[in-house]
Amino acid sequence: MKRALLTGNGSAAWGARLAQIDYLPAFPITPQTEIIETLGKWIDTGEMNCRMVTLESEHSMLTAAGTAAATGVRVFAATSSQGFLYAMEMLYTVAGWRVPFVLVNVSRGLSAPITLEPDHNDILAARDSGFLQIHCSTCQEVLDSVLMAYRLAEHANVRLPVIVNLDGFYLSFTREPVEIPHAGLAKEFVGPYAPQGMTFRAGSPVSQAVAVLGGSPYSYFRYETHLAAQNGVSAFSEIALEFEQAFGRRQDAVEAYCMEDAELAFVMIGSFATKAKDAVDRLRKAGWAIGLLRPRLLRPFPMELIRKALAGKLGVAVVDQNLSVGKGGVLFTELASALYGMEGAPLLLSFIGGLGGRDISPEEFFEMAAVTRKAVEEGKAPPPRLLYTEEELREVRKLQAIAHVERRELEAGR
Amino acid sequence: MYRIRFHGRGGQGIKTAGRILGTAFFLEGYEVQDAPRYGAERRGAPIFSYVRASRGAIRERGIIAKPDLIVVADETLLQIPAAGVLAGAGEKAVMILCTSEGVEVWKERLRFNGPLLALPAPSEGEDPLKFRYISAACVGAAARVVGVISRDSLLEAISSEVSEFGASAVEMNRQVALEHYEAAAAHEGLVTEAENVPPGAAEKPHWIDLPFEDARTSAPVIHGSTTSALVKTGLWRTFRPVIDPSHCKGCWWVCSTFCPEGAITVSEDGHPVVDYDHCKGCMICVTQCTSHAIRAVPEHEDAQAANEGGVS
Repeated sequence: MKRALLTGNGSAAWGARLAQIDYLPAFPITPQTEIIETLGKWIDTGEMNCRMVTLESEHSMLTAAGTAAATGVRVFAATSSQGFLYAMEMLYTVAGWRVPFVLVNVSRGLSAPITLEPDHNDILAARDSGFLQIHCSTCQEVLDSVLMAYRLAEHANVRLPVIVNLDGFYLSFTREPVEIPHAGLAKEFVGPYAPQGMTFRAGSPVSQAVAVLGGSPYSYFRYETHLAAQNGVSAFSEIALEFEQAFGRRQDAVEAYCMEDAELAFVMIGSFATKAKDAVDRLRKAGWAIGLLRPRLLRPFPMELIRKALAGKLGVAVVDQNLSVGKGGVLFTELASALYGMEGAPLLLSFIGGLGGRDISPEEFFEMAAVTRKAVEEGKAPPPRLLYTEEELREVRKLQAIAHVERRELEAGR
Repeated sequence: MYRIRFHGRGGQGIKTAGRILGTAFFLEGYEVQDAPRYGAERRGAPIFSYVRASRGAIRERGIIAKPDLIVVADETLLQIPAAGVLAGAGEKAVMILCTSEGVEVWKERLRFNGPLLALPAPSEGEDPLKFRYISAACVGAAARVVGVISRDSLLEAISSEVSEFGASAVEMNRQVALEHYEAAAAHEGLVTEAENVPPGAAEKPHWIDLPFEDARTSAPVIHGSTTSALVKTGLWRTFRPVIDPSHCKGCWWVCSTFCPEGAITVSEDGHPVVDYDHCKGCMICVTQCTSHAIRAVPEHEDAQAANEGGVS
């Protein structure tokens, strides 16, 4: 084991290397490209024994990933944002094939307007696809999650593809100390790929396709996928236990930080959750009984674990780094449905923040805590709040003023 | 926790500077977080990187809002509000500035109250290549001013972060960094780790409810006119395609069709002409030309040829 400074992208590459992947279909997109560059370099120098193929689009890349996995080899791929969406048709398709492989998504806000910086609308667009989802908050978790993701994907009760998600910039380009497991130990943990009957020989080609008409077989196949996904919660817990035994780090399906005696809690996913942890530490020093609940596993949704962790809490601030246009925060909706009708359920408050990489300051975490406490006292949750300040709107007004002048010039034919 | 920001221009080594300092802290046993911040097409554009270092786990993320130390590799950035060089600089913040002017001039100009150290920078007309290791100078001075980084850690960090550029790059960077590490000896330990403001004393965010505005105002649409013609992307080129008319068969469409910038037009007599104001030097035309009539010529050679009355 070696402790080194690695970016989130570097950590993802290390995870794939240690999982001893066989096949790497690739198509570049910012901010994910460094993952493939790193793996490509190792393949060039002979440090990895893997076949890398560059494809002409993310749609083809994901098709190649799914088909390769269907031939019984271990596959890794990575993408982001617009590329992830471009592959969307195949995300649903290959999950339906029940092929196990790992896809890393480096979250980046979706166009339009176009941006490079992160939020979770890209990954949440695949929420219902059949891919399982692991959300990371540190570079260490990225590496660990890729290893665990192979175990989860290839688990006999699951056999589904898994996405490991990390935030662009805040993890992808950010270096942190990361413990790189010993290659032998990692190999032992991940184990050899057991293809469960999925084989292919070039000499005797076969085709794989299932068309069904009439809703009955279709319902059967889709619901079986759902049941397999739901098995993912207990499978993940088993794997997390083994992981802890092997490497000494605990990566639970739901991370509960200072939750035991907490009356209030933040709930969020991804790298901004470490900011919430920092806020929890600082608020606790000032006497607040507050904690953080972070679902690491978002699909399958670890409903029972979340209900258990939040039972008896008074107020919960759900911070969504996404926006379901016309509805609100996706995580908030999921939490509300999970807690509906539960005795002793806490009051839920919705905050939308961090869209397109917009930062969330410590002061804003303090204020969210204060608003939540006030709501508990009054017994009524305020309307959803976008984290957006007067100062920000003033800056936007300046840009609009410039745009206005440009439009006038254009209309005047200049 | 130490919070440090490096500001410069794309190509000056600002990302590498952050990494060197991050690795040096790491070698000293600190927990570290370092990252660059950039967008697309950054060469020459304002860029910054940042480093956090702490004895305990680091949970803060993203751009450093309140830096303890600001290092500026290019003084012209101070005129650009969008570069945000001074953003969040409190009373105790230290600045290291590469400048051809005096410290007092800048203190007055910026109304900067904290300690300000000057590193030499090219003045007008001076050869900027003399200052090509400016990020190493910045890191050397920063390491000493922080005061917890030893010579050995600094040198080892440079070896590990610069080694991919070859042994001579490592050597030159080490030499320049060490020179400025020694020169800053008088300011050792000047940087202090700012205390966190407790929740009760923190300033409340001025949240507002966004008003509804109709799509004519709130849709992200700007119709600019001919902006792509106004930006001289030809300045990005390191190689230029040069068409040899004696080999060009005048097929008229291959190079002009493949050019992703639309920078090749065809004259009425069927011969292609490169618009060097906008050609970015991707060399796709060189690889596509079926009669091999286009050569890739390094920009500096071409400039020489122009001086000698050759190709322009």
